[in-house]
Amino acid sequence: MRRADNPKPVPVLDVDDLTIAYETRKGDVEAVRSASFQAREGETIGLVGESGCGKSTIAFGIVNFLGPNGKIVEGSIRFQGDELVGRSEAELKTLRGDRIAMVYQDPMQALNPSVQLGDQLAEVLIYHQQISEDEAWERSIQMLKRVNMPDPEDVMRRYPHQISGGQQQRVVIAMAMLNNPALLIMDEPTTALDVTVEATVLDLIEELKRDFRAANVFITHNLGVVARVSDQLCVMYAGQMVEKGPVTEIFRDPHHPYTMGLLASVPRLGESKAESVLYPIPGRVPPPAERPRNECIFAPRCEYATEECREALPGFVELTPEHVARCIYAREIETRPRPIKRRRRSAEEDALAKPESRKDDLLSFEDLKIYYPQESQSVVSLLGLGEKKFVKAVDGVSVRLSKGRTLGVVGESGCGKSTLVKGIIGLEPVTDGDVEFLGIDITRPVSERDANLIQEMQMVFQNPDSTLNPSYSIGKQIARPIKRFKIVPRNQVKSEVIRLLQAVRLDEFYYDRLPRQLSGGEKQRVGIARALASRPDLIICDEPVSALDVSVQAAVINLLLEIQEIYGSSMIFIAHDLSVVRFFSDDIAVMYLGQIVEVGPAEAIYAPPYHPYTEALLSAVPIPDPDAEQKHIRLSGNVPSALNPPSGCRFHTRCPRRREMLPDDGTICEREVPPWRSTECGHRILCHIALEELKKVEPVVHTLA
Amino acid sequence: MSRNATAPMGVETGTRYLRRMCEGVSIIFASKTAMIGLAIVLFWMIVAVFAPFITPYTPLEQDWKAPNQAPSSVHILGTDELGRDLWARLIYGARVVLVILPISERLWLPGGTALWGVFAALVVGMTLGLVSGYYGGWLDEVVMRLLDAMMAVPIILLYLIIMSALGASAVNVVIAITIVGTPGIARLVRSLTLDIRTREYIRAAETRGEYPWYIMFVEILPNARGPIIVDAMLRVGYAIFAMGTLGFLGLGLPPPSPDWGSMVAKGREFILAGSPWAALWPSVAIASLVVGLNLLADGLREESMRYQ
Repeated sequence: MRRADNPKPVPVLDVDDLTIAYETRKGDVEAVRSASFQAREGETIGLVGESGCGKSTIAFGIVNFLGPNGKIVEGSIRFQGDELVGRSEAELKTLRGDRIAMVYQDPMQALNPSVQLGDQLAEVLIYHQQISEDEAWERSIQMLKRVNMPDPEDVMRRYPHQISGGQQQRVVIAMAMLNNPALLIMDEPTTALDVTVEATVLDLIEELKRDFRAANVFITHNLGVVARVSDQLCVMYAGQMVEKGPVTEIFRDPHHPYTMGLLASVPRLGESKAESVLYPIPGRVPPPAERPRNECIFAPRCEYATEECREALPGFVELTPEHVARCIYAREIETRPRPIKRRRRSAEEDALAKPESRKDDLLSFEDLKIYYPQESQSVVSLLGLGEKKFVKAVDGVSVRLSKGRTLGVVGESGCGKSTLVKGIIGLEPVTDGDVEFLGIDITRPVSERDANLIQEMQMVFQNPDSTLNPSYSIGKQIARPIKRFKIVPRNQVKSEVIRLLQAVRLDEFYYDRLPRQLSGGEKQRVGIARALASRPDLIICDEPVSALDVSVQAAVINLLLEIQEIYGSSMIFIAHDLSVVRFFSDDIAVMYLGQIVEVGPAEAIYAPPYHPYTEALLSAVPIPDPDAEQKHIRLSGNVPSALNPPSGCRFHTRCPRRREMLPDDGTICEREVPPWRSTECGHRILCHIALEELKKVEPVVHTLA
Repeated sequence: MSRNATAPMGVETGTRYLRRMCEGVSIIFASKTAMIGLAIVLFWMIVAVFAPFITPYTPLEQDWKAPNQAPSSVHILGTDELGRDLWARLIYGARVVLVILPISERLWLPGGTALWGVFAALVVGMTLGLVSGYYGGWLDEVVMRLLDAMMAVPIILLYLIIMSALGASAVNVVIAITIVGTPGIARLVRSLTLDIRTREYIRAAETRGEYPWYIMFVEILPNARGPIIVDAMLRVGYAIFAMGTLGFLGLGLPPPSPDWGSMVAKGREFILAGSPWAALWPSVAIASLVVGLNLLADGLREESMRYQ
C-alpha cells in the first residue's frame, strides 16, 4: 500500500526548481537554489537543516512574504495545480484564498497583544467566510476544544499574555485550522517551548493531520522533532536540498554525508561520554554570498570529497524511487573508507579519562534557599507594613559535587536552575543555607569574596552573541582574567592567551579579531577559553550549546569534555536538552519548581526507578529515530507559580502517577512533604511512592538498534 | 624570538586600528546628509583655525570713515556701526565657539567654548547615567528625580539663572552648558546601560569579581558609544545656539570681543536704517553651523542603523 502505486493526480503543493534570491548592496544573493518537493493531502513534509540554510525562505516564498528585497528568480510553485509564481497580489488572493495557513515560531508575535483571543479567532472566520459574529464565535470555541484547550469559553475572553506559551501556540494552531486549510506551513512551531509542552503540541499536530487531512510543511532544525511528525523529509544545506526521502528510510539509512554527519553529531537519549565520541562536522555553513556555484556545495566540509566533487554541481542520485541524495557517491558511500559515525571510545582515551576516584567534595550545598522579594505596588507595602511575599526560586536544595566530576542540572524553564548557579557564583544573594566550596563558606556575594576564591570558579554562558564584549578584540578579552588574577607574569600574558586559543582549537590570528567577525561556535570557544584563563577548579556551563547549530554543538561538547580530561576541572552543566545532559554528565539533578526531585548517577536517572516528573520529561524528549518506541506520558496543566508553590509535594498538581500508584488517590501528596527514597548507588528520589513500586515501572525508551 | 613575534603583530595592530578608523569615516562618506553636514562644519572649523591668515583686518580694528557699509571688495561682508570688518568679526567669533576657550585676558585653551561645554556635560552626564543605570535601586531613583527636576525648568530660564548668578565669561558659559546638558545625556546613557548590563559579558565580568567602575567604564561605556557620539554632535549644535542666545541677551562674552550673539544684538538696531548686514551674517553663521551639525548627526545615525 505504497503511495507511489496510487499517485494522486495533483499534489496540494508542488514546488519545482525554486530559486529565491535577496537583493543586497553586493548584488543578488541566492538563499535557496533549485529546491523541489511535493506535499500531498494528509502528508507532512519535514524541511530540516541548520540555521541559514534557506528553510524559512522557502516558506516565505510559498506565501509570498519575501519582503521588499526578496524575489523568486526561477522555478514554479503550484498550489492545487495553480501556478503561484508571477501572479499579482490580487490574483494570489483568489487562488490561495483561505486555503494556506502558516504557524510561526513565536506565538506571542502572531497574536495581537491588545485584542481578546476570541475576537482574533472570530475575525478570521468573519473575514474569510462572511458568517455572522455569533456563529464565528461558536465555531472558534469548538476549534479551541478541538486543540485540547482547557476551558475554551474562558480563554476566548482573555488576552494573549494571560495564557502560557504552550496555550498561545495552541491558539495560533487553532486559528490556522479555522478555515480548514489545504496547506499548513509550520515554521519551527515548537522551538520556543519546553519539552513537556512541545510533546503535547506535537501530539496535537499529529492528531490534526489525521483529522483534517491538510498537507503540512514542517520546518525545524530539530532532528528529533522532525522524526516524530514527518512522513517525507527534505534535508537542506546552504540553500540546496541534499537529500529527500521517506523519513524512516533517511534516518535508518542516510546517504548524503551531510545527513550522516547531522545524525552522528547529536547524542541519542541515554548515550554517554563513556561510550562514544560525537562526530562534529568540520567547518561552518558558508554565508550565501560565498557559496560555490558549480561544485558540490558541501565539498569543503565533506570527509569523502574528491577532485571530482569540485568539478560540477552534483545532481540527485536515485537510491530508491522515493529516496534521492545529491552526492555523486551516494550509492557507494557506505563502502567508502572513513565512514562518518560516532566513534566508540578507544582504550587509550578511556585510560586518560579514568576519573581518579577521589571522593573529596569540591562543592556542597545544604538546604540552599534563594528567594526574591516580590514588590507589591500597594500603599500598605510601600509603607513597609504589608505581608512580604517571596518568589521561591530555589527552595531547599542540597547536592554534593566531588572533584573532577560533572553535575548536570535539568529542568524546564523557570525551575530555578539558572538561579541556583547564580547563587553559587555569587551573583544572587543567598537567602539561607550552607554552601561550601573547597571547605570555604561561599554564601557571600562575589564582591565580598577573595580573589583566590573567585578565580577557582568561572562560567561559560549560553548566548554566543552576547558572551563577548563587542568592543574588544578576542585577545584582550582572554587576557583580562589572566592579568586580573596574575596567572602568569605580565610579559607572558600574550603567549598564555595564544596557548589558550590553541587549547580551544582556534588559530593564533584570532587574537586580533573582533567578536563580530566570528561565527557562533567560534565565539563560544572564546568564551570557554576565557573561563579557562584563570585555571578554575569549577566551570559552570549555563546552556553552553543550546544556541548553537547541531553540527557545531558536537564540536563544542567534545571540546568541553577534552578540557575536562586535560585540566581535571569539575563542571556544573545546565541544559534543557536531556540527551545532551545525559551525554555530558556523571551525576544529574532534576529540578522542579525550585526543588531537586531526583538526583544521582546519570545512568541511574535514565533507568527505572524514576521520579514521576523525570519519567514524564524523558518520555517527552523528541528522539531522532522514527523507530524508537517511547512511552507516552504527558503532563497536564501549567507549572504552578513559584510565588505560591503547591503544598506537600510540589509536583502533585501535575503528577500522572500518584493516583494509580498510591492508595486513596494519593491525597498524601497534597498534605505531606515527600521523603527522600535512596538506593545504594547514591540515587535519591523525592516521592511518596515506595522505591519498590517505582522500580516496577517500564523504562521509557526502547531503541530497536 | 618573542621580539620577532611581536614586531609584525604590532604593525598589524596598527594597521587594524587604521582600518577601523577608515570604517568609521566611510560611514560619513556613505551618507549624503552626513557629507553635507560635514562640509559645513569643516568650513567653519577651517576659517576659524586660520582666521588670522585669511583676513587682513582684526576683529577690533575700527574704521570711523566707513560704518555700516554693504559688502564690497574692501570689506567682503561689509562693516558694522563702528566700521569694524564683519568677515573678520565673524570668523574670530567662530574661533571662540569652535577653536579656543578664553579663560582670562592672556590665557586660552584649545577647543572652543561650545566643545568644552559639551565635553564637560558628557563627562558628568555619562558618570551619572552609568552609576544610576548600573546600580539601580534607590540611588537611581534619587539621581533621576533630581535630573527630572532640572529638566522641568525651561532651558532658556536655566541658562539665564546660571549666567546671571555666575556673571558673563567664557568659562561660565561652559559651566552653564554643562549644567543644562547633563540631565539629557545622563538619561540617554542610563537607558543604554540598562540594556547593556543584562548582556552576558557583563555577567562574565562580574563573575571575575571586577570592580564596578571597571564594569561601568570599560565594559559598558564603549558599547554605548554610537548613540552617545550622535547625541554629542546634536548637543554641540544646541550649545552654539545657546551661546548665541546668551550673547544676544548680553550674557555671553563681554564686549568688545567678537561674539555672534552680541553682534546680532548690536546690528539689530540698524536693520531698519538700511544696513541689515551686521545682524544678518552672524545669524546665518549660527544657523548654518547648527544645521550642519544636525545633518552630520542625522546622517551618521541613519547610516549606522542601516549597517546593523
